[in-house]
Amino acid sequence: MKNKLKVLRAEHDMTQQDLAQAVEVSRQTINAIEKGKFDPSLVLAMKLSRLFKEDIETLFIYED
Amino acid sequence: MTFIMTTQKQQTIKLAVWTWSWVATLAIATFGPRFIWDDHQLLTVLAILTNLANGVMMIIANRKYFNIMDELQRKIHLESLAITLGLAVVVGLSFSLLDQTNLITFDAEIGFLVGFIGITYLITLFINRSRYL
Repeated sequence: MKNKLKVLRAEHDMTQQDLAQAVEVSRQTINAIEKGKFDPSLVLAMKLSRLFKEDIETLFIYED
Repeated sequence: MTFIMTTQKQQTIKLAVWTWSWVATLAIATFGPRFIWDDHQLLTVLAILTNLANGVMMIIANRKYFNIMDELQRKIHLESLAITLGLAVVVGLSFSLLDQTNLITFDAEIGFLVGFIGITYLITLFINRSRYL
């Protein structure tokens, strides 16, 4: 699954650590999501979606 | 340092303390009867019960340690545990068979299995961490 996390984080001028703190996960988890190595749970995806005020579908792009 | 990191650090320390306490009480229960209290039955039972209680506390601390992990950390540990459990059962039974059929000259002691579990868990954790992080 692709995502726009890195772009949105840059637009909001946040570091990985800032974002990790905002959604209560480790910085390594944010890094793994950005690199597409790990797909977040629905709860974490919704936290990120609310934080950036974007739809989940905008934030995460599902590919078959 | 974030709240999560602080909590994780505290829980890691608690787990380490209970683990060392369990190892220490295990050593006392193992060697105490022979070297400290000369096979006194009541003291031996007390030492084993103390070790058992420490073991239960270690398990509770480990459960709490898991519950404060974030979802990626939990995934990494769960995958490692799944591989370790599978290998422990398969390799453990094969090792026991080798002993029963006298294909090895020494006894298949439980200590070998515990050591194998520890080493396997460490290796799988290392591999899984490098996959995701």
